Amino acid sequence: MAQHKIDFTKDGGLPVALTTIDNVVNWGRSNSLWALTYGLACCGIEMMASGASRYDFDRFGTIFRASPRQSELMIVAGTLTKKHAEFIKRLYDQMAEPRWVISMGSCANTGGMFNTYATVQGVDRVIPVDLYLPGCAPRPETLQYGVMMLQQRIRKEKANRSLKPKRLM
Amino acid sequence: MRAYTPKDDVQKKSYYTDRYYVAPQVPKFDVETDDVFAADLKAIKAKFKVSEAYIQVEQMVVYINPKNIHAVMTLLKDELEYNQLSECSAIDFIAARGGFEVFYQMLSMNKRKRLRIKFFIKQDEAIQSVSDVYRSADWAEREMYDMYGVIVKGHPFMKRILMPDDWEGHPLLKTYPLHGDEFAQWYEVDKIYGKEARSVIGPEIRDAARVDRYDTERFARLGHEVDFGAKFDENQAETPIKYQEDEGVFMIKKLDSSESVTITDRDR
Ligand code: SF4
Repeated sequence: MAQHKIDFTKDGGLPVALTTIDNVVNWGRSNSLWALTYGLACCGIEMMASGASRYDFDRFGTIFRASPRQSELMIVAGTLTKKHAEFIKRLYDQMAEPRWVISMGSCANTGGMFNTYATVQGVDRVIPVDLYLPGCAPRPETLQYGVMMLQQRIRKEKANRSLKPKRLM
Repeated sequence: MRAYTPKDDVQKKSYYTDRYYVAPQVPKFDVETDDVFAADLKAIKAKFKVSEAYIQVEQMVVYINPKNIHAVMTLLKDELEYNQLSECSAIDFIAARGGFEVFYQMLSMNKRKRLRIKFFIKQDEAIQSVSDVYRSADWAEREMYDMYGVIVKGHPFMKRILMPDDWEGHPLLKTYPLHGDEFAQWYEVDKIYGKEARSVIGPEIRDAARVDRYDTERFARLGHEVDFGAKFDENQAETPIKYQEDEGVFMIKKLDSSESVTITDRDR
């Protein structure tokens, strides 16, 4: 038995926090951005470094998942070849709504230095992109910053908005 | 108007040719200068027709008849101890000679020698597969087909290896444009969204430094300041940045050279 009586009305002692649904839902969404492991080329190495212990993505709740069904963030890290384009679309479609895409590095943004017949000139030709990270390759700090920017954006969104599916067309 | 120049064979013509340029030649030596190669060549010549043979960069190059390729490779492997096929592929000579030169690069671990078997085929000619002699020829021949369109007979799995199966054209041909033909440029759009999506997604932008003046969301538009996301069309007049004196941007002043001083005393 408690030795003393708690005055719930004083000193914030009430075990209740008041907030809005939007804040709670967005707090959850933005702090559990599970990312699909999508290393396509050298940028993938930086993405792995961001996930590993030195930069430690787990602090932000970004945990890499090897399945699109369990992830809501796709970090396209690397060169998207034309042969692979249909698969990125398929994986994107398999992710559950709401979902976000970070295009990491020049290759994913614009095709980068691979100005050739075999490279898709920017992933936004295939799937809708929320955030573009410049660099070749962007350092892990850049990716961290990018993810934090995305978190801020998610927190500003309306949680109960009717989820309009993101489509390129 | 400028005269029309066909664009389908753009890499054939070089941009600039030096009139006095002499292409460097790697010197060729007689096969007799090397005893091991001389013995090898004798063994090949005993059974097959050899049109040319020489030593270049310490490697023997032997030109044979394309019909004999399988038998020659068997001979090289079983009797002459060339136990590794490092690489085989084709060289595009379609414009100059109407066909391909196919080469097989061999290595003998015991003799510590490298040897190259070569032959010339016409563009529509098929070659015999050697993948049952050397396993490494399996993928190399598939790549040869993928990149050059050389058909290989007797191959267990003749299919493209690098490009998608439904790809059109063979990218390493000299006639193939670097940025791809129309099929290549629209490949992912056509495949995923269908041809009717072309007008929505638009052509590829291959100029990495391009700034779209009329995009008011992603580019800071110096000299054309409008609100974020504002509609802006080509007919709208430019709004150049003005100096403060011309009722323009605060603090951006014109340089008055009479007021500028050159500092000579650094301890001033
Ligand atoms: S942007 Fe640079 S580092 Fe990243 S995948 Fe492309 S070439 Fe590699």
